[in-house]
Amino acid sequence: MRTLIDVRNVSKTFGGVVANHDISLKVPEGEITGLIGPNGSGKTTLFNCIVGNHPIDSGSIVFQDREITTFTVQKIARLGLLRTFQQTHIYGNMNCIQNMLISVPHRTEGYSDMFRPYRREAYERVDELLEFVGLYSKRKLQAGDLSFGQQKLLEFAMALMNGPKVLLLDEPTAGINPTLINGLIDRLKRANQELGITLFVIEHNMRVIMNLAEHIYCLAHGELLAQGSPNEIQNDQRVIDAYLGAH
Amino acid sequence: MKPSVIALYVVIVIAGITAPLVFPNYTFQIAVLWMMILFALTWDIMGGQMGYNSLGNIFFFGAGMYISAVVQIAQFAPVGEYTSAFGAYQVEFTDAQYYTGLGLGIVAAGIGAIFCAVILGACVFGLRGPYFAIGTLGLALAAAELIGGWEWVGGGGGISMPVFPGGPDLRSRFFYYIVFVLAITTFGFLRWLYTTRFGLAINAIRDNESKAEAMGLHTKRYKTAAWSIAAFFLGMVGAVFGNMVGFIEPLEVAFPTVTFGIFMVAMSLLGGKGTLWGPVLGATLFHVIKELTWIYLLGWQWVALGAIIVINVVFFQQGILGWAMDRWPEKFGIVVEPSPGEGRAVGAQEAAQ
Repeated sequence: MRTLIDVRNVSKTFGGVVANHDISLKVPEGEITGLIGPNGSGKTTLFNCIVGNHPIDSGSIVFQDREITTFTVQKIARLGLLRTFQQTHIYGNMNCIQNMLISVPHRTEGYSDMFRPYRREAYERVDELLEFVGLYSKRKLQAGDLSFGQQKLLEFAMALMNGPKVLLLDEPTAGINPTLINGLIDRLKRANQELGITLFVIEHNMRVIMNLAEHIYCLAHGELLAQGSPNEIQNDQRVIDAYLGAH
Repeated sequence: MKPSVIALYVVIVIAGITAPLVFPNYTFQIAVLWMMILFALTWDIMGGQMGYNSLGNIFFFGAGMYISAVVQIAQFAPVGEYTSAFGAYQVEFTDAQYYTGLGLGIVAAGIGAIFCAVILGACVFGLRGPYFAIGTLGLALAAAELIGGWEWVGGGGGISMPVFPGGPDLRSRFFYYIVFVLAITTFGFLRWLYTTRFGLAINAIRDNESKAEAMGLHTKRYKTAAWSIAAFFLGMVGAVFGNMVGFIEPLEVAFPTVTFGIFMVAMSLLGGKGTLWGPVLGATLFHVIKELTWIYLLGWQWVALGAIIVINVVFFQQGILGWAMDRWPEKFGIVVEPSPGEGRAVGAQEAAQ
């Protein structure tokens, strides 16, 4: 199995705060990998480091055998490494269809493509994906008027529209109605299996991540604490201590 | 397009063509109205559609005006000698030479303004929010001072433009129609532009630039293109306005930051920024109100204008069209529209929970 993202000895500090210290992990192609850890353990910082949001202090990040440590956010996104945000990031004053259309891949976009109308296939894909996340009937509403949960679904659909190779999801179920969570887990799995998108998921909801991921990494205080299958992680005393505050 | 919309376009174009024939005494004023519409439309590309409030767009207007002046004069005289003579320089040129010079000047103004936009964009696009506004305001103010100190282009004394070869009526009508065509072209171009990927891309930058970057959008490219388009039309209309007035100087005519520079913002806000028709509506209303206050409230005209801007910003931030959109969203296509399919209805219910 091929390694898609290879994080090697990454460290990141903000002033005196060590957010990530010497973290190494691998995200294998085609699988769902989980990332857990108590609040402030450096999960989101690691995501930000991977997608190029802030420069790392040391270490390297390799995506598809290509060093991307110094690449800009946009360049990394165009390679097919995409992330969603913990707080929803959508285009609030545009309707759902427009949000989706502008999320088409920009990998091969040239100057003349900037001034082209969208093809019919793009519109069809938008309808398909909005239906997939259950927002079809709301497609003409302003995205900013949707509920938080709906915005999360829209953001997920936008990410799928971009056709990424790997998707970094930052707490996809946070703030979502519990009755919707099962539907969301199902959709994440389908995106992984049917569309072949590798997922790397930060999640606080243990039921969700144990259900979803095949391999889980646990961070605590900016360091890699444990890794293993959901079963191993659940029974790891260090992980239990970290969550209960023994550290 | 709906027949009613086509009818509206036809009415506007006919009104534009016949206006100087019906109201010959107001030709200059109506030409300025078209220029105001162009101002508001081009400001809105950045300010309304892309969320970058530029207070320095007037720079391109002045830059175009000076580029055109230099190109026109260089046709038949050394620029330095011509400007230092303050209009006393005797020149001979034929009608054909005048029109060629003017045409070349307008084209050069448009292209030169794009050039300026690309270079300045590289400097100021790192700024966001209020810092971008102040940074661009600085550009326009600095440009006026720099031109004022540059003797080769006349310095603070200005330049008398080459004299139009024809009577006053022909002259005012001639320039009226150029401004009219420029304004209509700008509108048509933007109307098309906003239907392409470009329109959505700049809206996305306005709503959430960091998201747009995270999705891999070429944000810098779109920002530079947006400013270049605004600069192109502003530069050309600047070239025409310089010739229409006949005399150009840096502070009041070329870089009038506190009048035209602020008007273009106020007009877009009044009509509804971020919409195609808002700036047109805002510019028309603003210009009419401005002219009426100048006639009937002389002495208080600036107070009246200021009051309109304050009322607009405090009570009607979204402008006339924005207010209408909030009031009647369904008229603007903002509707819940379930599809007949069973699966879709279930998905919708689920999403609504």
